Amino acid sequence: MKRITLNIDGKEVAGEDGMTILQVARRAGIDIPTLCYHEKLEPYGGCRLCLVEIGTSPRTKLVTSCVYPAADGLPVQTKSKKVIQNRKMLLEVLLARAPGAKIIKDLAEEYGASKTRLKKKASYCILCGLCVRYCAEIKKADAIGFIGRGVEREVMFIPEISPKSCPPCRECFPLCPTGVLESNFILAQSLIFKQ
Amino acid sequence: MATDDSEVNVKKISHVLAKYKGESNLLIQVLLELQKELRWLPKEGLLKISQELNVPLRQVYHAVTFYKAFSLVPKGKYTVTVCMGTACHVRGSPRILDRVERTLGINPGETTADFKFSLETVNCLGCCAMGPVMVVGDIYHGKLSPDQVKWTLDSYD
Amino acid sequence: MPKLKSTLELENLRKDIVSKRDSSRLCFTVCSGTACRATGSQKTFAAFEAELERQGLKDKVDLKATGCHGFCERGPIVVVYPQEICYLHVQPEDATEVVSQSIRGQIVERLIYVDPVTGERIAHEPDIPFYKYQNRLLLGNNRLIDATKIEDYIALGGYKALARALFDMTPEQVLAEIDKADLRGRGGGGFPTARKWRSTRDAPGESKYVIVNCDEGDPGAYMNRSLMEGNPHSVLEGLAIGAYAMGSHEGFIYLRQEYPLAVENVTIAIKQAEDYGLLGKNILGSGFDFIVKVHKGAGAFVSGESSALMTAIEGKVGEPRPKYIHTSEKGIWDKPSCLNNVETWADVPFIINSGADWFTSIGTEGSRGTKIFSLVGKVNNTGLVEVPLGTPLRDIIYRIGGGVSGNKKFKAVQTGGPSGGCIPEQYLDSPVDFDELTKLGAMMGSGGMIVTDEDTCMVDFAKYFVHFLSEESCGKCVPCREGLNHMLDVLTRITEGEGQAADIQLMEDLAGMLKEASLCALGQTAANPVLTTLRYFRDEYNAHIYEKRCPAGVCKALLAFHIEPDKCQACLICARNCPVNAISGGKNLVHVIDQSKCVKCGTCLEVCPPRFSAIKKISGEPVPAPIPEQARVIQRKG
Repeated sequence: MKRITLNIDGKEVAGEDGMTILQVARRAGIDIPTLCYHEKLEPYGGCRLCLVEIGTSPRTKLVTSCVYPAADGLPVQTKSKKVIQNRKMLLEVLLARAPGAKIIKDLAEEYGASKTRLKKKASYCILCGLCVRYCAEIKKADAIGFIGRGVEREVMFIPEISPKSCPPCRECFPLCPTGVLESNFILAQSLIFKQ
Repeated sequence: MATDDSEVNVKKISHVLAKYKGESNLLIQVLLELQKELRWLPKEGLLKISQELNVPLRQVYHAVTFYKAFSLVPKGKYTVTVCMGTACHVRGSPRILDRVERTLGINPGETTADFKFSLETVNCLGCCAMGPVMVVGDIYHGKLSPDQVKWTLDSYD
Repeated sequence: MPKLKSTLELENLRKDIVSKRDSSRLCFTVCSGTACRATGSQKTFAAFEAELERQGLKDKVDLKATGCHGFCERGPIVVVYPQEICYLHVQPEDATEVVSQSIRGQIVERLIYVDPVTGERIAHEPDIPFYKYQNRLLLGNNRLIDATKIEDYIALGGYKALARALFDMTPEQVLAEIDKADLRGRGGGGFPTARKWRSTRDAPGESKYVIVNCDEGDPGAYMNRSLMEGNPHSVLEGLAIGAYAMGSHEGFIYLRQEYPLAVENVTIAIKQAEDYGLLGKNILGSGFDFIVKVHKGAGAFVSGESSALMTAIEGKVGEPRPKYIHTSEKGIWDKPSCLNNVETWADVPFIINSGADWFTSIGTEGSRGTKIFSLVGKVNNTGLVEVPLGTPLRDIIYRIGGGVSGNKKFKAVQTGGPSGGCIPEQYLDSPVDFDELTKLGAMMGSGGMIVTDEDTCMVDFAKYFVHFLSEESCGKCVPCREGLNHMLDVLTRITEGEGQAADIQLMEDLAGMLKEASLCALGQTAANPVLTTLRYFRDEYNAHIYEKRCPAGVCKALLAFHIEPDKCQACLICARNCPVNAISGGKNLVHVIDQSKCVKCGTCLEVCPPRFSAIKKISGEPVPAPIPEQARVIQRKG
């Protein structure tokens, strides 16, 4: 693996060709928040919290570090003004979606978004897809999936597969950032699968 | 005509799927053909589609709930489609939709109790000069005004 | 029929087809695009067919069902050749007269174009102002082609460019010519086409794909539909040339299923081209193989985004992917894939036939060639307009479009669909090209151009786009899914009279997140309609928020309908038509609307006879109390 060097927040950080910015940063102990990232799964790029600003002013752009390939000499800012601003707004909208979730509340407080101006639509599922992707990529059971589009998008336990597959496995439950997954499964069991 | 007779539907589904065995990349095309043939996609068919095309069932569920063309409930004899494209919008399509909803007693996505009409909206048919446009079955009704809605729909038996 | 095996065979076929056609013979062409069909052009066509049969003229005169003429406001359109006499709004019952008069070399005066301002009558199609000021490079041939007959296309010189590319040029030379022509993508991005082609060509790998994006999801835009329906071979030829330049042997046409006629016509076109050896294995005996497959969309705007479209072709749900590696290097099944818009592909045969220098002589520096626009909304001549890039907005809307319909006052023109923005009157002299409109906060986009007037509420208009996008968002990324949803909430509150001062800042913050944090261009450009309306029509937002008033009289919650007692003549028309029986009154008794029952549908305003015009829309002020009952009796003079 070819060795490369990134410039993250002014410091030289070593990495390897083929890694993403996030992988390089994490290995060096640099904090970049994520919600939908898991090192065993294909990066998803859905929560957008891992946004970093790359390039040199004035030609910079925001990219999701979980997906963006690390390149030799790439300048990266993990806490620039733009990055903070966007993370703050992202957390404000996430708070409206999962108001009581500890991980969201903590992050929101860290980024100064502890109060949301928005109407609460507390479904608690933030659609990070960790459960869906884990079941598809690691367990290869495909017992859970996305349905719908836009704000109607939901995670659904597949009625033809889940009742048998899920109870003995349950490995995705602890992955859920807000913890709502297990409750949703229990609800599905009693209301839909009628078990 | 849509039916909820399982046997009839499963037969039709098998007939269509026989042409596409294993061609997982044609999922959407197959679903389109089935939707046209059956006028809806019965749930028992989804499992069959997953098996014959070798596509995870969750992907089939996602596709049928993601795309507007698919319906998990039987559609009526006539689909009434009101165009809500920008050009039709500035020409008053919301009022047409309002009048259709009032006349049929249903909202977009629903079917009348007698299975005669299903109501849909679409975000542009490309007939902007004719706006506002409402399609019933295959027939396009253009330059529609709200008071023409009722007798237009009444003309379909 | 035997496949063509050389340029010579193609030329001989062309000569043969042309020799069997007599261009001095009378030919009736009936526009058969979807819009004209919507006005009954198929019935008109059938009537002409029957009439020619009846008059025993079937073998002496030609009849053709052609592609979209573009003057969609006036369909069904019939053009009689060779004199190019253009008839508008032709009904089936007109067939007899048109046929009989045309045989005598006469014109049917009542069906020709009359200029609404000067009253001038114009029979010759190219002289009609709508057409005269256009440069119909791409759309012009629609009038002469029946899309279900490849021979029509060949007769006009079709597939000559493909033959030239395959036999007289190397792939590199083809690419160089497109580069020299400075062709930029017509789908909205305006990306240099040659650069995309080169990137695909240079990407490692044997399998490469070329794709036609005919998802055309912008509501109000139908340029691609008309090209695909009316002249599918022009797109196929361009696609094949591009495939040759890039080393691709398989192409896809992604077509939205809401365009059934385009699907039908392109499928027929592919089959006929294959039959002639112009597509498929060993094209024209050159050794070059290229097949094309049609892939239908299923009703999702977001699937028109290039990475989403490629995901859909793979059979998965068409959601965008985070795009840091260009799809020209890793596209469908991670293979190099070049996606271009319908119009971009259609430009290619012209460039190869007439040369890059000719192409660059049209348009401006940085924006070469022509562009098709769909000019719709509150405009007199709704239809498809093709002009050189760089033409000022004013020319398109007024000179060609005939100005704002109903003599109303122009307010703004929305360009670029839901990703674009609104341009107010003071910028109407701006040239329309890839770069100029971007400076104003809008963009040219794929060509949708929607004219609004004084009766359009710009807040409602912005809400319309946000509503559209929030329904079409795939929902994968937080900023777009949540941002649009909350933006819609805020706009809805504002249009319902519940806007607050802090709402503007909130919308600007949401807009910032959408623009900078969204995964794909749908989210990234979603805030544009809101931002441009805030920029140019802030006073309308302020009226809604601070005065609870809708200046254009559109937002129902801020409106009341009122019958002016001194104008009402008690004709009972409004009372009878009110869908909720909210109007009381009688003969000689001034009518009164019960505000508690009124649903603000506006029917009363519509049906009140113009000579009375007794109904007024009120916004931002209280409705006058009904006059006492005794005062409602109308005293009629003797």
